[in-house]
Amino acid sequence: MESVIERIHKGHFSHFHGGIHPPEQKFLTCTKPIASAQIPEQLTIPVRQHIGQAGDIIVAVGDKVLKGQALSASDSPMQLPVHAPTSGTISAIKASVIPHPSGLSETCIIMKPDGEDTWCKRKICPDYELLSKGQILEKIANAGIAGMGGAGFPTQVKVGTLAKIEYLIINAAECEPYITADDLLIQEHSPTVLDGIKILDHLLAPKNILIGIEDNKSKAIDTLKKATADIEHIHVCVIPTKYPSGGEKQLIKILTDQEVPSGVLPSSLGIVMQNVATCFAIADAVINDTPLIKRVVTVSGQALEKPQNTWALIGTPVGFLTQNCGYKNKQHKHLIMGGPMMGFSLSNDQIPVIKSTNCILAPSEEEIASPYSTGTKEVECIRCGQCADVCPAQLLPQELQWSAKAKDQQQLTNLNLFDCIECGACAYVCPSQIPLVHYYRVGKAEIRQQKLLDIKAEKAKVRFEARKKRLEREKIARAEKHKKAAEARKARMNSGTSEAKTEKSAVAAALARVKAKKAQSSTDKNASPQESGNEQVSDQKSQVANAIARAKAKKLAQKAQLTDVQTPKNDSDTTKVDTKEASAKPKSENAPVTDKKAKVAAAIAKAKAKKLQQAKKTDDSVAKLPETKTDNDVNAALTDVKETAASPAQDKKSKVAAAVAKAKQKAKAKADAKAKTDNPVELTAKSQAKSATAKKEASPTPVEVIEVVEVVEESDSISAELPKQSAAELKKAKIAATVAKAKQKAKAKAATKNKTEKPTDLSSDETDDSISKKQEKPTSNNDNSANKELTAPVTKNSIKAKAAKLTKAPKQSAEELKKAKIAAAVSKAKANAKAKKLAKQSQTESNSENSEQKDDAKANEASASEIKKARIAAAVAKAKAKKLAADATKSQTSE
Amino acid sequence: MAFWIASSPHNHEQSETSGLMRLVIYATIPGIFAQWYFFGWGNLIHISMAIITALVAEFSILSLRGKKIRPQLLDGSAILTAVLLGISLPALAPWWVTIIGSLFAIVIVKQLYGGLGHNPFNPAMAAYVMLLISFPVQMTQWQPPLSLLAIDLQFSDTLSLIFSGYTPQGYSVEQIRTHVDGFTMATPLDTVKTNITLGLTVVESMESPVIGKHFGIGWEWMNVGFLLGGLFLLTKKAIHWTTPLSFLSSLFICSFIAFILSPDSSASTMFHWFTGATMLGAFFILTDPVSGATSVKGRLVFGALAGLLVYLIRKFGGYPDAVAFAVLLCNMAAPLIDQYTRPRTYGHNVGVKK
Repeated sequence: MESVIERIHKGHFSHFHGGIHPPEQKFLTCTKPIASAQIPEQLTIPVRQHIGQAGDIIVAVGDKVLKGQALSASDSPMQLPVHAPTSGTISAIKASVIPHPSGLSETCIIMKPDGEDTWCKRKICPDYELLSKGQILEKIANAGIAGMGGAGFPTQVKVGTLAKIEYLIINAAECEPYITADDLLIQEHSPTVLDGIKILDHLLAPKNILIGIEDNKSKAIDTLKKATADIEHIHVCVIPTKYPSGGEKQLIKILTDQEVPSGVLPSSLGIVMQNVATCFAIADAVINDTPLIKRVVTVSGQALEKPQNTWALIGTPVGFLTQNCGYKNKQHKHLIMGGPMMGFSLSNDQIPVIKSTNCILAPSEEEIASPYSTGTKEVECIRCGQCADVCPAQLLPQELQWSAKAKDQQQLTNLNLFDCIECGACAYVCPSQIPLVHYYRVGKAEIRQQKLLDIKAEKAKVRFEARKKRLEREKIARAEKHKKAAEARKARMNSGTSEAKTEKSAVAAALARVKAKKAQSSTDKNASPQESGNEQVSDQKSQVANAIARAKAKKLAQKAQLTDVQTPKNDSDTTKVDTKEASAKPKSENAPVTDKKAKVAAAIAKAKAKKLQQAKKTDDSVAKLPETKTDNDVNAALTDVKETAASPAQDKKSKVAAAVAKAKQKAKAKADAKAKTDNPVELTAKSQAKSATAKKEASPTPVEVIEVVEVVEESDSISAELPKQSAAELKKAKIAATVAKAKQKAKAKAATKNKTEKPTDLSSDETDDSISKKQEKPTSNNDNSANKELTAPVTKNSIKAKAAKLTKAPKQSAEELKKAKIAAAVSKAKANAKAKKLAKQSQTESNSENSEQKDDAKANEASASEIKKARIAAAVAKAKAKKLAADATKSQTSE
Repeated sequence: MAFWIASSPHNHEQSETSGLMRLVIYATIPGIFAQWYFFGWGNLIHISMAIITALVAEFSILSLRGKKIRPQLLDGSAILTAVLLGISLPALAPWWVTIIGSLFAIVIVKQLYGGLGHNPFNPAMAAYVMLLISFPVQMTQWQPPLSLLAIDLQFSDTLSLIFSGYTPQGYSVEQIRTHVDGFTMATPLDTVKTNITLGLTVVESMESPVIGKHFGIGWEWMNVGFLLGGLFLLTKKAIHWTTPLSFLSSLFICSFIAFILSPDSSASTMFHWFTGATMLGAFFILTDPVSGATSVKGRLVFGALAGLLVYLIRKFGGYPDAVAFAVLLCNMAAPLIDQYTRPRTYGHNVGVKK
């Protein structure tokens, strides 16, 4: 087996698959010398001209810069600085169109040359061998040198490789038609190029240096051979002209008969490849301390009067170069940056020359009548396979094309789309004139996009799972905390101290006052002349209003509960403050009030338990009088509020009423809480009186309904019974409050019950069981809705919206049970939707509600132990809590 | 001041599908000339009828499908299909056979599958097989070479035979096919096959007048014509060399093995190469890119499979010739062949080679 070098000396090269022979057209420029650089009026220097990240801009608008001065700095290997190509002033730093197939804009430094071309200070280094490798690399990096053959990979990264290098390949193939920049550079500057090669030799210490050059550049070959004649390990390899032999992988295959594995850098095979122009730039940078600020650009094409190679400052607008060469086309302007095979069209002629620009092609219309300019000649693929025959990567372009059209990304990946080097050979030979490369570019972009999305989705998933776990942890921690808090509260309540009692009665008084106020307002309304007979409608309205009021009351209780949770923490300092929820909510509350509020909340909890008990009682009594029961409930609801409001503006009124009620409730709750501590006894008395008046006021108003009175009497009798057991005044007050609350609850229940039971009303022969069952149903319904309201208590808006919904719903379903149910379902669904949004709150709050209820039950059991019914109440409360828990889990699962 | 924006590459070989099709049509000329010289006007009449029918069918379907009519109608693919079908039909087959075959090829085999580039089967061969199965009598009335005919067959006679079934003198196709000695003449392949079933050896069969002395009297020259056309296409790189090569060598090898094993019952390798539709199949049918395999390896497999099938059907099948059947079977196998013969992409599976 002959060695690679022996083979090369014999002139035998291996071949890469495929390849084409497009018309070379190099004669246009290859015989003319390189024109010297001219300074345009303005330079546009993109900050990023290579593969990698842009450097950090270190100049500002208005700065005066000298030629060769760095405009940006780098602090990582993949960052490269850019330099001022001449002296002048920075006129702007803004986004401008960069030379890229996409035509996108990126940050560019706009510079106005002063025409003096004053150099900044340079340090000429006549003998680079005195420098260390690190110093040379640093010089290369600071000069901002990136691969000048097209890709623009940072050079110091490539030559700074630690791998053992067998072959350093200098790429002078220049296989693209038209381009002669490297050819001319070798012809005119072979000593500098050779210096560059020697520096690389010094850096990499390769066994052999192979200069790959196509056989159509005879002058350059001669020059190179002469220049390298005395250096033994540099071999000038004259390879047959074939496109794309200048591709890195292809040239490696030709010269060394090795294939670079997919996705691996050539350095892993011990091969480093550098472009001729890069070698020149390296020599310039290391020896002359000249950064990369100009390069040779072939300006060619038959639309130019004098196509030629020219030195161009980085940042020179393309139009400036074509103008200098006499651009003729007035109508169909077509400028291509790069060669005809891989170059891209420019959208305007102000786009600047950058480090990797080797050619500006200005073809005449006849010259490049590419079918891909118009895109109209594409016909169906006939699978002739010519594309596969010429593909240098040995892909199957026709199959890739089908998959790209079908957007079959999996198949595209299987067919190794990403090994496509976009050389354009397939599209060049395609008889069906399909713009294959274009399809591949789109396909690649789509796959990249999809990958980004996949990564995002994966991240989101991880995040979501972590959140779920965290919530679970928090939930458990919270439950634990609530349990402790409840125990503490229970202990305090049961301590039997006067303080505890005062606490209880104060809350009760507050509630009673609210009730009284409500009754008052309703009487006022009753007194108005708008009384009408449309009972049913107003009925439901009032029920709704009640429900809302109740919900709001609950919400308040909730808030209080939250503060309750927080307060003991603050007091005892035992646990850390739960920053997420606890702190967010109580912000609105006044700090000094929190203590009181907590007490209020405790009292409310207590009252609730009582109320449940009460409800049970009423149920009992209802069972006794089944035929009047529903009426009672309905009318109980009626008595309280707005029988009158049968006018067209019912919705609004009920809303207003709800709002008013709420406001009053709030105001009173606060006032009471404050007053309570001052002189509780007086307060209780007052509240007692008030509740009494409330009752009195309530009872006489709706004269036509006798049952109302019955209800009131009933509850009176209950309250009368209870006082017998407990003689103390405080207790009385408490009971009064409970009654008031119970009434409220009963009405709320009635609201739902009314909906469900109206049809059954007609058939009065129902059994107790069935009625009680039905009662259970609406209750649960009620609870659900209440719970829903609780899930979203953060904003008042949401409650108002719900109030509107609730008022609307019954109006529509005045008489029909089904409709009412549907409405309930709708509102439930809506509430659920909101619950989703407020997923976190809903969970935590329903949980807290949950535990609150449980605590209530326990507290009640312990405190009002004398009464047997307390147990029943507890059972009811537990059932409720369970329901809520179910609800909470439901909302969790639905989430 | 609008700048042209185009996707690379910006230049193109300026080749066109229609140019490719035209080239293939031109390449059939030597074969058609031989056919005309030895068999008279019959096939030329069929070819022209087929072209007209195909163009009308293509036009109607393209209008129905709302496609651009002009470029697709004139891309030459329909004409090529018609020419190939016209060549393969028996010279004196009735006119409606051509019309039906042509319509079937264009409407059903080509356009209903999505038009050019999408048909899984070679339209001409699919139509031929359809006709052969549907109209076995008309499709097997092969006309012997003119030199063997007892009756002089002019252009008008042929025309009349195709359209009415009788010459103006009142001879039927069957009478035309009858040798002076009073037996019906068949194709050489048919003759050999029949004689073998009759217990005669191949050498004895070669005595038959239809086979002729030395090189033959018609069929062989036709195959030479198509071989020339095929070589022309190869030099023009309009077709890839792989398929014809692998097909012909496969057929050669198969017939050679059989000839070695049993020279009495097996025809020679050259007999297989130059009778029937071997050369037409090798250079004009199997090389149809649309219905064939695409990769080099795939084409080799494709051609070899076709050669094997042709030999097997000729030797053991019910029909004397087999190119059409073999082509259709290979068309079916082409996607599978493609699937398993994908070339190794550069830089992938770089083995330990030194």
